[in-house]
Amino acid sequence: MSETIGTAVPSILSANRISKSFGDIPVLFSIDFDVRRGEVHAIIGENGAGKSTLMKILSGFEQPTSGTITYDGKQVTLPPNGEAEALGIVLIHQELNLAEHLKVVDSIFLGREIERFGFMESRLMRQKAQALLDTLHVNVDPTARIDTLSVADKQMVEIAKAISRDARVLIMDEPTAVLSLAETTTLFEQIRRLTARGVAIVFISHKLDEVMKIANRVTVLRDGQLIATVDAAVLTPDSAAQMMVGRELSNLYPPKHEPDVDAPKVLSVRNLEAPGIEDISFELRKGEILGFAGLIGSGRTAVAEAVVGLTHRTGGEVEVNGRPVHFANVAQSLAGGLAYMTKDRKGKGLLVNMGLTPNLTLLTLDQHLRGVFIDTVSETKALDRAVRRFDIRARDATVRVGQLSGGNQQKLMLGKTMESEPAIIIMDEPTRGIDVGTKQQIYHIIAALAAEGKSIILISSELQEVIGLSHRVIVMRLGRIVGELEGDQITEEQIVRHQMGIEGKAAA
Amino acid sequence: MTPTTEAAAPRARRTRIRFGALGPLVALALLMILGAILNDHFLTLSNLANIVARASFIGIIAIGATFVITTGGIDLSVGSMAAFIAGVIIIIINSLVPSMGTGWSVILVGIVAGLAIGAAGGAANGVLVTAGRIEPFIVTLGALGIFRALITFLANGGTLNLNFQASDTYSPLYSGNVLGIPLPIIIFAVVAIIAEVALRRTTFGRHIAAIGSNEQVARYSAIKVDRVRLMTYALQGFLVALAAVLYVPKFGSANSSTAVLWELQAIAAVIIGGTTLRGGFGRIWGTVVGVIILELIGNILNLQSFISPYLNQAFQGAIIIIAVLLQRSRKTTN
Repeated sequence: MSETIGTAVPSILSANRISKSFGDIPVLFSIDFDVRRGEVHAIIGENGAGKSTLMKILSGFEQPTSGTITYDGKQVTLPPNGEAEALGIVLIHQELNLAEHLKVVDSIFLGREIERFGFMESRLMRQKAQALLDTLHVNVDPTARIDTLSVADKQMVEIAKAISRDARVLIMDEPTAVLSLAETTTLFEQIRRLTARGVAIVFISHKLDEVMKIANRVTVLRDGQLIATVDAAVLTPDSAAQMMVGRELSNLYPPKHEPDVDAPKVLSVRNLEAPGIEDISFELRKGEILGFAGLIGSGRTAVAEAVVGLTHRTGGEVEVNGRPVHFANVAQSLAGGLAYMTKDRKGKGLLVNMGLTPNLTLLTLDQHLRGVFIDTVSETKALDRAVRRFDIRARDATVRVGQLSGGNQQKLMLGKTMESEPAIIIMDEPTRGIDVGTKQQIYHIIAALAAEGKSIILISSELQEVIGLSHRVIVMRLGRIVGELEGDQITEEQIVRHQMGIEGKAAA
Repeated sequence: MTPTTEAAAPRARRTRIRFGALGPLVALALLMILGAILNDHFLTLSNLANIVARASFIGIIAIGATFVITTGGIDLSVGSMAAFIAGVIIIIINSLVPSMGTGWSVILVGIVAGLAIGAAGGAANGVLVTAGRIEPFIVTLGALGIFRALITFLANGGTLNLNFQASDTYSPLYSGNVLGIPLPIIIFAVVAIIAEVALRRTTFGRHIAAIGSNEQVARYSAIKVDRVRLMTYALQGFLVALAAVLYVPKFGSANSSTAVLWELQAIAAVIIGGTTLRGGFGRIWGTVVGVIILELIGNILNLQSFISPYLNQAFQGAIIIIAVLLQRSRKTTN
């Protein structure tokens, strides 16, 4: 799919010398960008590189400070608030914009319901929705409620909705961030079908391998500057990563230091049962990084939440340092030296409407008390330490956390978790949706923590990451552990075979 | 995006936020000017002291409401509960007068019982919201009906009157003063100061804001969410009872129309003061200013003859809506 569509095909949507500033802060500098009919044009870059802003400008959600937009050969000013959909330019947000309580058919026709004599033509809409889903090979019942669908299916509904609006340019913001490998493959098939029909696709992703698989052309942004637009065929992972960060990323993963074989067991879980998981047994040694691989929904998060007391376990035993424990809530788990860092930064990890300090100390406020009062000086010192230790970059401490880039949010969350000085840390998707440069930093932090004797459980859907960091890997499938890999066994192929159920125990 | 760590904060930004934060004070100043223009007696010390003293009932309740609303909850039962507790205090005192006389000990028993019932009533709301997993709006709407019916039932459809001699003992709690400052103002001020400090400088206050901002984050951050929310409702109940304790010596009676629509005034005061209705941010001093603004409007309506003072509550209703509109536009312009 990497063959280039000839330059003979004119671009359908193009941005010409686009600049954008928010207040005094410039975020885009004179960017040229265009997408052609039937083409997938990927935009890559670190967080804060300006990808999202460029996308919003291309879809009318933001107006450029200077520069022009050309659509269908004519210079245009795109209408705001998604009204550009009427022109055929549709942006699919990363947080999908579907009303959870509506049915699939209602979502597809939302705002454009077919009516006769003031009443909705429900049957006709249902038939049309079914026909549309059929042509897209989407196996979703049009009468199903949105909140019963998987994320991947919701995304397909969004795409169907876009197609029903005669989308000619489809802009997708990290559509694969929350998809499993199999779901991603389905999405790519969909994208190929759309391009075959002449739809132009702008595709944002952090995953280089995907970009090279699906894109015709790739544009690299860095710090608001256009670095290059190249044919995907000539791009290599190294050259792309180098353009993104402007430096070599030879040591993305730090060297592994295996813990001693006789290192004490700090955590052992036997026959754990909880909603969504069954018969989970594993052990974690001091200084070890234990990877948890598996498809989304395979029960990895459920294991973590049952261990730290966020959900009730219905059976099994957990021992920390040889002592049986039964944490009823996060406070008890922290007191036992066990911390869980959620994968849902904005939903469960950070208070996006608040500043850096209250977020950092929320878990450990008791350490910053003078009498019954909060000691703000001590809090500020803690923030200074965390900013240095985890390289958190913010304009100032009063900026709301929601305004930080994903990478800085992640680092803040890491700082917050580490404030409690846990001996065991369960990190759930610690690099989801963040850029390569920050990923590398986080990898080195994780390895350093393990080297200083912390024990880490790393839950990740990025195989490279699990392979690159873990001393040992547990693979989960359908709520059970189906395999445990060590040393040379830790390969992409082995993990995939296990998580697909091709190999390993309980491969029913 | 900007690779500077803790660079100098843009000054313009700071001052704009300050200005938004001072909105209630600006409104207060404008109302004072308007009042002074309308009536010469408006700016006298006695009139202003009277305004604040009258605001103290709603003020104390609104301080409790600030805690509840900052967690993202709401308590609609405060007015009915105040009437109910006032009635119970009167009944307890009246029934003890034959055996214990009309001294302070009787009054004290009434006060302590009232405060305990208030805290328990609030805690009951809290249990239903937390353990019962029922929307606070529904729980407290139900409680509003129940307490209103109970006071009507206790008064047998009429009015409960405090024993005359006991009333003489009790009334200094409202009419008395220390160093010339009326007692209700002192109590109001003490409650406000303690509350402001608790909300801003204690873990309880920080946890309240965290829960209102995002309950999931709070739960994942080792905060005992249910316990904190329960405590805000119990605190609200206790402060409602404290308001009732001040109300009884002033009026000496309670009936089915006592404290009607106080929930409207309390919630209006909280919102005018800048606390966000969806939770996550609250400030007590804003609530205090909000209560005084509401009382001033009533006072000014009484001082002039163009607009009927009967429209007072219409103004309060309009103000609560406008305040929320302003909150929203402030948010969208950010």
